[in-house]
Amino acid sequence: MTLAEKVLSAHCDKKEVRPGEFINARVDLILANDITAPLAIKEFLRFGIHRVFNPAKVVMVPDHFCPNKDIPSAEQAKLMRGFAREQGLIYFEVGRMGIEHVLLPEQGLVLPGQVIVGADSHTCTYGALGAFATGMGSTDIAVAMAMGEIWMKVPPTIKFVYQGRLPEWIGGKDLILYTIGNIGVDGALYSAMEFTGEAIDELSMDGRFTMANMAIEAGAKAGIFHVDGKTKEYIKEHASSHQPYSILNQVQDQSDEDAEYTKIIEYDVSKFEPQVAFPHLPSNTKPISQVGDIKLDQVVIGSCTNGRLDDLRVAAKLLKGRQIHPELRCIIIPGSQRVYLEALREGLIEVFIEAGAAVSTPTCGPCLGGYMGVLAAGERCLSTTNRNFIGRMGSPESEVYLASPAVAAASAILGRIASPEEFLS
Amino acid sequence: MSLRAKQSNLKGKAIKLGNNISTDDIIPGRFAHLRSNLPELAKHILEDVAPSFCARVEPGDFLVAGRNFGLGSSREHAPLVIKMSGISAVLAKSVARIFFRNAINQGMPVLLCDTDKIADGDELEINLSDGLITNLTSRPLPNKVGSGEGLLSSGARLRSSKTPSFMLAILEEGGLIPYIRKHKDFIIRCSSEPY
Repeated sequence: MTLAEKVLSAHCDKKEVRPGEFINARVDLILANDITAPLAIKEFLRFGIHRVFNPAKVVMVPDHFCPNKDIPSAEQAKLMRGFAREQGLIYFEVGRMGIEHVLLPEQGLVLPGQVIVGADSHTCTYGALGAFATGMGSTDIAVAMAMGEIWMKVPPTIKFVYQGRLPEWIGGKDLILYTIGNIGVDGALYSAMEFTGEAIDELSMDGRFTMANMAIEAGAKAGIFHVDGKTKEYIKEHASSHQPYSILNQVQDQSDEDAEYTKIIEYDVSKFEPQVAFPHLPSNTKPISQVGDIKLDQVVIGSCTNGRLDDLRVAAKLLKGRQIHPELRCIIIPGSQRVYLEALREGLIEVFIEAGAAVSTPTCGPCLGGYMGVLAAGERCLSTTNRNFIGRMGSPESEVYLASPAVAAASAILGRIASPEEFLS
Repeated sequence: MSLRAKQSNLKGKAIKLGNNISTDDIIPGRFAHLRSNLPELAKHILEDVAPSFCARVEPGDFLVAGRNFGLGSSREHAPLVIKMSGISAVLAKSVARIFFRNAINQGMPVLLCDTDKIADGDELEINLSDGLITNLTSRPLPNKVGSGEGLLSSGARLRSSKTPSFMLAILEEGGLIPYIRKHKDFIIRCSSEPY
């Protein structure tokens, strides 16, 4: 079996599961946020059940439109907070929270071998730690909160092998954008994407989170990585009282040698260039050398895709001692309070502010056109986020380009889409 | 429409859309402030990609799309506003998986078929149990070089993916919550039914 199949079989008491099979999977963790929780709570209350199946396995995070952007957002956040308190759920308040997919792993809530469902499509992020994690809608989350299990179809797995050594400035974002550009936004529809190879071994945990995060942009049900030394080190470092580290010892952490894949796709990363996804699909990718002269009005660095410490370090490396282009706004949003504090201690925040960037408390804000950087008609933004659909960041006549923090920082300085290579000398 | 009627035959006209219609296309994020007011939210359905949709749609109609319909967010508002607009089923070549789950959970059927065979405005009849789609529109026989090539002729049938019985049962009850309320359990206890 593949790693995804092993994890699922361990959650439905079957020795073996096969792609296409329907199962009821027990869930280890359930997640909802301020825009999906209210509907999930409403649906949950329709059951006539008074308690969630296990409050220690349900997490709610106010991150999308929080700190509250307007009165309806405040009402939604209030509804979620009230429910979380009443039910005794795991809840992170503004000032202690982060963007859910940055926050949960660093709080030690995600472990290899778990099945995690979240009312957010980027729940697949947790596959970086060898968990089977997938996004669902509010009704499914209501059912999971009530029953502690959920129906699933076992997905087939596509294996991606990234050979070669990563060139400088090339990170998880470039690998995943290249992959989506190659296979398309439905290239892994209903499948699990398994990320392997020399370049993946080399990649930091933050880079792996970025890749798993965007599996959904290829239509995948989950993105998953084998558990290696880096995973174990991360788990140890972020161990919390929520769950004991020893769970790790009980799980399978690799696909079997004879695992069956629907496809095996190999890439040689050694000649990879930074990638940029053009409007209006994440699959419209071009290598940076073919981008041409594209002037920008805004750069956003952050989100559940690229709001981690490694991302901010790369941005700071380029921004240190330089200035944001006078005709451009650069908005930098650390993914969690912990990331924010670490960045502050390392002096990164000082670099950003001295460069002329705006730095904000964690929020999903601009990524989905909520607030903190909404675009006007005709404006162009390069963002380290995950989607560039029409109107995603504001006006339907605005444009969003997706790229890595390195490209974002270089572009913020030059006022146009630029390669970090331009600063080599 | 009664739940029983849902289980048997659906009738309506096809409203066609293209490939890769995202959840942001279905209901743009800028209207998220209306998310607790579904009737108001539904007025903005597909307004960036199919501005005439709202005026054209009548109760019972089918939304007929190309590949990867509903990609993007897990926000359940997407199938909810489609259902609220009067659409009785979504037909597409392929559908994003979260959208698919959300639609079934909200009691809205989703059928996978070769939608190139359906023209915008075609009157269709759909039998959910066997997945057969019948064209009720009278159309001149397809001419080899004409524009009607490849389209279903009048009375012709198109086979779509068969909806697994546990999903039909969920649809029959009007969604997953009413289903579980009634049965106090899931219907699939490790079914190996292919799909």
